[in-house]
Amino acid sequence: MTTPDTSGAAAVAPAATSDRFGPFGGRYVPETLIPALDALEAEYDAALRDPSFQRDLDDMLRHYVGRPSILSEAPRLSAMVGAPVWLKREDLNHTGAHKINNTVGQVLLARRMGKRRIIAETGAGQHGVATATVCARFGLQCVVFMGEEDIRRQALNVWRMRLMGATVMPVTSGTRTLKDATSEAIRDWVTNVEDSHYIIGSVVGPAPYPRMVREFQAAIGREARAQMLERTGRLPKTVVACVGGGSNAMGIFAGFVDDAEVELVGVEAAGEGLESGRHSASLTLGTPGVLHGSLSYLLQDAKGQVINAHSISAGLDYPGVGPEHAHLKQSKRAEYVSITDDEALRGFALLSRAEGIIPALETSHAIAWVEKSRGRWAKDEPVLICLSGRGDKDVAQVSEMGALPDVGPLPEYPA
Amino acid sequence: MSAPTMPAARAASAIDRRFADLRAANRRALVAYVTAGHPDPERSVALLQGLEAAGADVIELGVPFSEPLADGPVIQHSSQVALEHGVDLDGALALLSRARPTVPVVLFSYLNPLMAAGHGVLQRAADAGASGVLVTDLPVGADPEREAWMGGGPLDFVRLVAPTTPPARMAEIARHGSGFVYLISRLGVTGEQDALSATLPETVARLRAATTLPICVGFGISRPDQAAAVARIADGVVVGSALVRAADESVDRALALARDLRSAIDDA
Repeated sequence: MTTPDTSGAAAVAPAATSDRFGPFGGRYVPETLIPALDALEAEYDAALRDPSFQRDLDDMLRHYVGRPSILSEAPRLSAMVGAPVWLKREDLNHTGAHKINNTVGQVLLARRMGKRRIIAETGAGQHGVATATVCARFGLQCVVFMGEEDIRRQALNVWRMRLMGATVMPVTSGTRTLKDATSEAIRDWVTNVEDSHYIIGSVVGPAPYPRMVREFQAAIGREARAQMLERTGRLPKTVVACVGGGSNAMGIFAGFVDDAEVELVGVEAAGEGLESGRHSASLTLGTPGVLHGSLSYLLQDAKGQVINAHSISAGLDYPGVGPEHAHLKQSKRAEYVSITDDEALRGFALLSRAEGIIPALETSHAIAWVEKSRGRWAKDEPVLICLSGRGDKDVAQVSEMGALPDVGPLPEYPA
Repeated sequence: MSAPTMPAARAASAIDRRFADLRAANRRALVAYVTAGHPDPERSVALLQGLEAAGADVIELGVPFSEPLADGPVIQHSSQVALEHGVDLDGALALLSRARPTVPVVLFSYLNPLMAAGHGVLQRAADAGASGVLVTDLPVGADPEREAWMGGGPLDFVRLVAPTTPPARMAEIARHGSGFVYLISRLGVTGEQDALSATLPETVARLRAATTLPICVGFGISRPDQAAAVARIADGVVVGSALVRAADESVDRALALARDLRSAIDDA
């Protein structure tokens, strides 16, 4: 991919302000949405200071979502990696992924704002399911935009959303995946901004979404940090999470970003290989640009047209990434790596066989990177993986591909 | 007519002169939107060349972009068709340069292609014959440096006001723009609609109180009767999706629609 010429004024990134992460972030949206974003930001900031909101949120997280999520040791995977591997079990949340943390927070906000109609976009369907779930819980109207290609890949989740009363709107434009579903959701929001709240599912979009979604997901990192200290008496050497838009990664990173000695690693989807042109590695191979309301790394050609992303995992199949990740990359606080579709399939089978946990294909990228990086850690250096979601939704897709990947011999359970 | 935030020495632009002439003649502007490269490059040039004779006073030239999130299905599709013909921002400027319409042309773009093209793109656009630029996803205050870039070059920087924009912000937007102010007539993306918003006259009046710039109203205006209704309250009427849909059929169809819109506006 060629690098766009960003000489002159276009190369100068705007100064950091409250709505930015370094030069990234911002509010690049149609004028119609500006007052809605102002109102959302004011409501969100007021909610943060409001003990009754915090009480309601805490109550929902404990008694509906099932937080705190547990921390599991992965003994056989640890033996393969040569270091203790720990899993933060977001797969055990209600609806099976970390996405519910954010939807609970945002639906409570929507209720504060008196909005009765909820819009969402979804790729793998986990965010759509989480949104449909919380809307059912509170009796709100729910419209979920989903690309036709993803509807095909994730039939089970489509059915779950419909079961809970959501309207799933098939998106037929562009690549018929998450990028186009997001554009359609924004179009709906521009049209229905007065009675609708748009629940963005990741740390992307215009301010205040990236900051707000990160904060709703930061429960993952805060819990994991305390659990690691309690269980191991130390902080992890490395925290690893998959990155599509990047919300589970921002959630777990948030607990450790101030601990300079903890390495943060985000794993992107290399798809059919970085050199193939069919991947979703926007931080690894993208360049700064504007998509869906914020300035961040983006897969684009030299003329600023967005390039189609590809990943075996519908949840990572997105050409952009959250602006805070762009900042963590540029400031070198986090490292971003990538894993191919085939390697992710191996991670999928490996965790299933070695630990009896079927991970989401998204998470499988993080598993695969840790296993591939064995030798990187001393035997007393813990590695913490955010197990962002469970793989039930992916079982049909993987089984259609035929034979399971052979993961080779596995170690004995440690004596 | 002077543009408030521009340096005092700045001469009246082609857009300023066009609106001054219209005002002197007590006429309202027909602002015609077409997507560069749609339905194909040859017919796109023919359209650009035919629009003035058909009655357009200003042309908005859509820069094809892969993610046109402020646009409805018709313009979205035209953008995709243009990209399939290899027409992007450079292609749009090349077509403009070939067609050389005699009416002022405003580039209607998203920010990302302009950023990728780099700092010199505004001068290149001016050289190709553009008089203004409009950036759908660069609202006032979003990015002061890039806004200064758009407003500090050789082109008028046309800013958008939405039905949701509070009055104080209307004045702020107008202060940071030049040429004219583009008032979005309704909530939503570009496209045709059956009925104009009942609150449009009030919104125009509020905007009128906030600026001396000409006010052009767009989004959702497709029929001659709607154009006439808008012409009675605003300085200009923007028609996009209806022209693009007509151009899908033929250039003649689109030009015939422009003529119908012109007569309706003049008879209003």
